[in-house]
Amino acid sequence: MFGYIVQRILAAVPVMGFVALFVFLMLRLTPGDPAAIIAGDTATPEQLQRIREALGLNDPLHIQFITWIGNLFQGDFGTSVISGKPVIELIAARMEPTISLALTTIILSVLIAVPLGVIAAWKHGTLIDRFVMLISVLGFSVPVFVIGYLMISLFSMQLNWFPVQGFRPIGDGLGQFLHRIALPTFTLTLLYIALIARITRTSMLEILGDDYIRTARAKGLPERLVLMRHALRNCSVPIITVIGIGFALIISGVVVTESVFNLPGLGRLTVDAVLARDYPVIQAVILLASLIYVVINLLIDIAYVLLDPRIRYS
Amino acid sequence: MTDQTVFTPGDGRVSPLDRVREIVFSSPFVFIASLILAIIVLSALFAPWVVPHDPVRLTPAQRLKPPSEIYWLGTDAYGRDLFSRIIYGGRISLVVGLGAAVFAVASGLMLGLLAGYIRWLDAILMRMVDGLMAIPNILLAIAIVSLWGAGIWTVLIAITIPEVPRVVRLVRSVVLSAREEPYVEAAIAAGSSTWLIMRRHLLPNTIAPLIIQGTYICASAILVEAILSFLGAGINPETPSWGNIMAEGRIYFQINPGIVLWPGIVVSVAILAINLLGDAVRDALDPRMAKRGIDR
Repeated sequence: MFGYIVQRILAAVPVMGFVALFVFLMLRLTPGDPAAIIAGDTATPEQLQRIREALGLNDPLHIQFITWIGNLFQGDFGTSVISGKPVIELIAARMEPTISLALTTIILSVLIAVPLGVIAAWKHGTLIDRFVMLISVLGFSVPVFVIGYLMISLFSMQLNWFPVQGFRPIGDGLGQFLHRIALPTFTLTLLYIALIARITRTSMLEILGDDYIRTARAKGLPERLVLMRHALRNCSVPIITVIGIGFALIISGVVVTESVFNLPGLGRLTVDAVLARDYPVIQAVILLASLIYVVINLLIDIAYVLLDPRIRYS
Repeated sequence: MTDQTVFTPGDGRVSPLDRVREIVFSSPFVFIASLILAIIVLSALFAPWVVPHDPVRLTPAQRLKPPSEIYWLGTDAYGRDLFSRIIYGGRISLVVGLGAAVFAVASGLMLGLLAGYIRWLDAILMRMVDGLMAIPNILLAIAIVSLWGAGIWTVLIAITIPEVPRVVRLVRSVVLSAREEPYVEAAIAAGSSTWLIMRRHLLPNTIAPLIIQGTYICASAILVEAILSFLGAGINPETPSWGNIMAEGRIYFQINPGIVLWPGIVVSVAILAINLLGDAVRDALDPRMAKRGIDR
């Protein structure tokens, strides 16, 4: 078990290494002077010089990379070209809305999507099944911000149930927090429901055809027990996997959703950084998002072993 | 499952035209989806003859007008006709969708064949693929656009790069299973060159899955383009695209929600239609894949 975990962690290192290299080279290999690209057309030579120094662009490429990686390990993600503040501080200040939105979305999606998927597979071929499939195709097709504006138009402007935008930290009281985060969560959750319901339905369908399910039914177990204890349990691995893979979708979705609902999170920070060409911030957000993705998928790999004794740690 | 066995006469080959007809008429949904797509593609192609107004002409006196007989969907904040802009916007989306599908499939195919067939390269390429897949696609795309500036080519490249890893993985897995087949082993034993084996024995196996993947990439690229434009990291608003029409309409959402909602509906319907078509193609070309429900 311990060996397996170490092996998984070691396998994640080159992945993160490549992400870092890619993010590093993306700026350096851009045609033209990176400092001029960041500073824009109106930059003075002093500003260019300041940016070059901030990014260490005057050193040879390999030295730049080593220094940069070294700094990363010390928690130094560079300084924002625009505000002059350390990037890590900017990110820390914006973490809460993003984490809140990601968590509420994942929780709500799993609560809705897993039962939907189970029912769709159980009532395979019926109207309910078709409805679930329709939702899942819709979830993949309608852009998050279109859903967002439909939600605003219906629930905020017509019905006046929720505020159009804004965020309240959970410290201000659960009611306030939920009231503000509800619409963004509903918006983002459709995509995730689509993803999870689809995989739940598919893996349930496969398993419901297995012999042991017939046995369980033949020995007179109530259908609820057959579905929950025998079938759903064996679907846990693909469902958990897709939740991990879908995390990248959540990050992308969060960027858009925060923009629609004006939440002061990492997504807003990124979009503002892109518009201002504040590359150190963009770079750090990409690294952080990828790191979280890799870590979550690592945890899922480890969870397999706990969930499914058939998977041996080899 | 609904897959029915299709018996084909003669040598078992179906002409491509029959295949297309079979797919289009496979269900009413798919038929409607094909029809909608055809309308969108044709109106974008022949936009100058279809639109009632110049999509870029500013008429400040007519700003933010509600739908009327002159302006079917109303006007935007600069008095430009929304309907005409949406028709023209289809051009960008279709170019980006098709372009991303072609480029991603072509480069993914090449890398996937190499990864599947050349062992030492496989390890390196797959780490790169894992790395690229760990970066959320929107973040990657907006970072590229912010560095390289927002032209149609930059946007196309920014959208294509995050799609490549999935194609590489797909091709690689097809190649890995195909190379265990006796006919490939026989070709190796007979001394065929690596290039010949790839082209004659491995490549044909990848065609069906790649057509399917290509349609999904097309849908996803249109979606990402809309998101990029919406975030302000897309094509310059002077050239209308579905995303940047919505982006411009955002501040006026409370006054005229149509500026955001109409292009939003069109882009959703277009993507939905392509996805449905992709599912139909998958069911027709690869019933086994359909049965497993594996896609995207």
